[in-house]
Amino acid sequence: MALLEIQDLHVRFATRDGVVHAVDGVSLSVDRGRTLGIVGESGSGKSVTALTVMGLTRLPNATIEGHVLLDGVDLLGLPDDELQKVRGRRVAMIFQDPLSSLHPLYKIGWQLGEAIQAHEHVSDKAARARALAALTEVGIPSPAERLSSYPHELSGGMRQRVMIAMALVLDPEILIADEPTTALDVTVQAQILDLVRALQADHGTAVVLITHDLGVIAETADEVAVMYAGRIAELGPLGAVIDRPEHPYTWGLLQSLPGAETSRSEPLHPIDGAPPSLISVPTGCAFHPRCPYVLPVCPAKQPALLETTAGHTVACHLPTALRREIGAEVRASLETRT
Amino acid sequence: MLRYIVGRILWGAFLLVVVSALTFLIFTVFPSADPAALRAGRQATPELIAQIRHTLGLDRPVYVQYWIFLKGLVLHFDLGYSYQNSVSVKSQIFTRLPVTLSLTAGAFVIWMLAAIPIGVISAIRPRSLLDRATMGAALVAISAPVYFLGLIALFLFSNDIGVVHLLPGAGTYAPISVSPWHWFTSLLMPWCVLAAAFAAFYARMVRGNLIDTLGEDYIRTARAKGLSERRVVMRHGLRAALTPVVTMAGLDIGILLGGAILTETVFNIPGIGRYAYDSIINSDLPAIEGTVLFGAFFIITANIFVDILYAFLDPRVRY
Amino acid sequence: MRTGTQAAPPSVSGVAGNGAQRRPGVPFLAVQDLEKRFPLTRGVFLGRERGHVHAVDGVSFEIPRGGTLGLVGESGCGKSTVARLVTRLLEPTGGRVVYDGNDITHWKTRALRPLRREIQLVFQDPYSSLNPRRTVGAIVAEPLRLQHLGTRTERRARVREMLAVVGLNPEHYNRYPHEFSGGQRQRIGIARALVTTPKLVVADEPVSALDVSIQAQILNMLAELQVEFGLTYLFIAHDLNVVRHISDRIAVMYLGKIVELSPADELHVRPIHPYTEALLSAVPTVETSARERLRGRVVLRGDPPSPVAPPSGCRFHTRCRYATEICSAVEPPLVDHGGGHLAACHHPLDGRTPVQATAT
Repeated sequence: MALLEIQDLHVRFATRDGVVHAVDGVSLSVDRGRTLGIVGESGSGKSVTALTVMGLTRLPNATIEGHVLLDGVDLLGLPDDELQKVRGRRVAMIFQDPLSSLHPLYKIGWQLGEAIQAHEHVSDKAARARALAALTEVGIPSPAERLSSYPHELSGGMRQRVMIAMALVLDPEILIADEPTTALDVTVQAQILDLVRALQADHGTAVVLITHDLGVIAETADEVAVMYAGRIAELGPLGAVIDRPEHPYTWGLLQSLPGAETSRSEPLHPIDGAPPSLISVPTGCAFHPRCPYVLPVCPAKQPALLETTAGHTVACHLPTALRREIGAEVRASLETRT
Repeated sequence: MLRYIVGRILWGAFLLVVVSALTFLIFTVFPSADPAALRAGRQATPELIAQIRHTLGLDRPVYVQYWIFLKGLVLHFDLGYSYQNSVSVKSQIFTRLPVTLSLTAGAFVIWMLAAIPIGVISAIRPRSLLDRATMGAALVAISAPVYFLGLIALFLFSNDIGVVHLLPGAGTYAPISVSPWHWFTSLLMPWCVLAAAFAAFYARMVRGNLIDTLGEDYIRTARAKGLSERRVVMRHGLRAALTPVVTMAGLDIGILLGGAILTETVFNIPGIGRYAYDSIINSDLPAIEGTVLFGAFFIITANIFVDILYAFLDPRVRY
Repeated sequence: MRTGTQAAPPSVSGVAGNGAQRRPGVPFLAVQDLEKRFPLTRGVFLGRERGHVHAVDGVSFEIPRGGTLGLVGESGCGKSTVARLVTRLLEPTGGRVVYDGNDITHWKTRALRPLRREIQLVFQDPYSSLNPRRTVGAIVAEPLRLQHLGTRTERRARVREMLAVVGLNPEHYNRYPHEFSGGQRQRIGIARALVTTPKLVVADEPVSALDVSIQAQILNMLAELQVEFGLTYLFIAHDLNVVRHISDRIAVMYLGKIVELSPADELHVRPIHPYTEALLSAVPTVETSARERLRGRVVLRGDPPSPVAPPSGCRFHTRCRYATEICSAVEPPLVDHGGGHLAACHHPLDGRTPVQATAT
C-alpha cells in the first residue's frame, strides 16, 4: 500500500470574485522512500494540493472533498488537534523563500528546538543537542555557533538548509518541498538538491517535490505528475513522462524550454495563450483553448485519466497512437536541435 | 552601538537648547499678559509694577535674560524662579513629577491590558461581528475628547456630584505615600479616561499589525511544524506584531510624562500638566520654560530609548 | 497580433541632442574598465568610510549595433549594477561608458536627458515595475510625455501602436495593471521601453518572474522586435539557457568581474573558466544527451562570498576545484583564448596557454 494516497481531491475557495477551483479531482500516490515530482505553472493547483495534505487549507471559505490517506488513515477526516500531531511529525513541508519562511525575530536554535518540542517531550538541553545534530547533518559549517544566529545573518543556501533540517529533525515519513530552490542561485540549487537526495537515501523519507522547473524534475523524481488548471494532465514514471510524453501540455512545456541544445536561430515554441483563471476554468478539457491539436470533443467533455502504458496515465482525447507519434516527434526535436 | 547612543545624546542636548530658545522667543514675541502686572495684583501702582519688573529682571534686554537663563540651566541645572511666587521652578516640577508618573503609568497599564486582547481577538476573526463591534467602539473612544469623557465620568461616578457615588471626584488626589488606597481610587477614573483613547488606538494598531503578520510566510511554517494555533498566534504572530506597538507606546509615554494637561485639569490633579497650564495663564516664563523643557526632555529621551529598544526587539536592526 | 510598422511615426523620433554624434565603425556600446564602488559608512553624524563594496570591479565589453550581449551571473555578481551604470542611472566611480562614440561616463542629468530616448530599461518584476495607480496607456505614454515628443493625439496613437506591437489589444489603453497577467504586464513594460524608438535596450532579468510557457513567448517577441527595429540588447539573466538563446556573445560575471566572455554558441561546448563549467553543470536539464554528458556534475562548495570582502587573487579560488597557490596570490587577467573567446584563469579548462592579445 502506498504511504500517501490522495483520492479524488477537490478544493474550492469561495471568494468575492467567484469560486476558485484550485484542485479539481486530483489522485496521486507516493510510495515509501520514493520521490514524486509535481510540475506545473502558476495556477496549476500543485501548491494547494500540498497544503491540503498538510491540513493548511482548512479556512472558513474552503470546501475540501476527497480523501488523503496516510498509511490508511484519512487526514481530511481528522479533527484539528489530531491533524496537528501529524503535521510536522509524520509529514513535513518546506517552502520557497527561506528568508521569509523563517521567523526573523527568533534564533535558529530556538526555532529548531520548538519544532522538536512541539511533538516530543524532551528537555531544552536535549532539544538543543538534536538541533545541533540536525544542522551538522545538513552541512552547515560551525553549527554550534549557527544555533545562536538569526535567519537574516545567513545566506540563502544556508537558510534553506536550516529549513530542511527543521523539517527532517523529527524524521518524518514524507517531506513535501514546494519550490525549494526557485529562489536560489543555480549553483546553490544544485547543492540543495544533492542534499535532499542524500538525506532521502539516509532516512528513507518519501519526497514530494513541487516545481515549475522540468529540469529539476528530470533529475530528481521517480514519478512525475503534470498538473494544469487544478487537474492532472499526465502521470507516470519519470522515464515515461519525460522521454515518451503523451499530453499536449507536456509537449508544450518541453518545447518551450530553451535548452542546452536548442538552436539559436530558431524561435522557441511557446504555448499560445496564458494559464486560465481558476474561477472560470475552460469547459471540457481545461487545456483546449491553448492546444494545437484540439478536437471537437475537447471543449465538450473533460478527458478522464486513462492508462496508456504500465503506470503511465494521460488525460487527453487524442487517440493513443497519434499521441505516441507526436510525443516521439517532440522528443526527437529536442535532441536534434543544434 | 555605544557611539550611536552617545551621538544621540549629544544631539538631544542640542535640541533641548534649541527648544529653550524657541520658547523664549515665542514668549517675548507674542503678546501675553505682563507677568509683573499679574504679580502686582489689583491695586498695583505703576511704580510697584516697575519695581517688580526690575526685581524679576524683566527690564533687561531679551538676549541677556535668555543668557542668564541658559547659564543657570547648563551650569547649575537651575530653572529659575517663578514670576508668580518666586518659588524655585525646579522644586515645583519635581514635586509634581511623581503625580504625573502615577497618572501615566497607570493609564499605560490599563490601555495595554485592554488593547492587546481586544486587538488579538479582532485579528483572529477579522470582519466577524465581534471584530466590527470592537472596532466600532474603538472609533467612538478615539473620537471622544478627554475632557468630554472626563466630565461624563465625573458626572456618573464621582463621590460628590455623581449619579453613582463610587469613586473620589476631582481634586482628591493623594500621594501613594500618604494613603495607597486613596491614591488608587482617586486615580482610577483619570486612568480610565486617559487610557480610553489610547486603548482604542492601540487595539486598532494591534489588530492591523497582527492581521498583516499572520499573512507572513513564517506563520505558515509555524503551522506546518504542527504547533497549536494558539502558540502560532501568540508566540509567532504577536511577537512580531507587537514590536512597532511597543516602540509607539514608548513615545506616547514620553509625551504623557510631559503632562497630560487636559486630564489633569479636568480632574484637578497636581501634576506637571496642570502646572504648565497655570504657568501659561500667568505668563510665568520660568515655569513655562521649565515645563516645556521637561516635556521636551522626556520626549527626546523616550525617542532615544525607543530606538535602542527596537534594536533589541528586532535583531535585523543594528546601529 | 502585430501590425507591421516600419518607420517611426512622424515628429516622435528624435535625434539625440547636444553633441551626441554618430560615428560609423565604432562599436555601439563600449564599456572599459567599468568600476562602481559603494562606500560602507560608520559613524553617527558624518559617515566615516569604513571600506568599500566593489560591486563592479573592472568590467569591459563591447556590443555592435544590432547585436546582443548576454550577461550572466549569480546574486552579488554585479550584473544589475552594470545595467544601471550603462544606462547611467548610476555614475561609475571608474572606467568609461562609451555610447555611440560618446563618452557619457560623467555626463550630468541635463546632458543625459536626450539620451534617455535612446537607451531604455526593461525590468524584472512585472508586478512592481508598473505604477498600479495609472492606466496602461498613461504608463506607456509617459516616456513620450517626459521627452516632449509629439502632441497628445500623436502620443495616444503611438501608444496604441506599441500595444499592438507587443501583442496586446490597443483598446485596453484605459485599463489598470492589475487587470493583466504577469506575462501581459511584462509586455506593457516592453512597450513602454520601446515607445520612444530606442536604440539600446537593457533588459534586467525580463523573464525570470514569468511562467515557462510565457517566457518563451516573450523571448520570441524580443528577438523579433530586435530585428524589426534594429535594437541593440544588453540582456541580463541568471538562466544560462535563456541567455544563450537570445545572445550573440555571453559574458559570465563573478563578484564584480567578468571571468569569461565568449560567442554564445561556444560557451556550452567549450567553457574555459571553471566557474562557467560549474554553472553549466548545475543547470538541471531535460534533454537526455545533455543529462548524460553532465552526469559528472560539478557541485561547488560553499556559498558565493560577499562582495564586501572578496578573496585575494582570483576571486573564485575559494570554491574552485582546480585552485593552486598562484590562484590565491595573483589575479588572472582576461585574455583571448582564440576566436574572441576570453577567460580569466590560471588553469583554463582548454589547457591552452592564452594568446597574449588585448581583451576586446
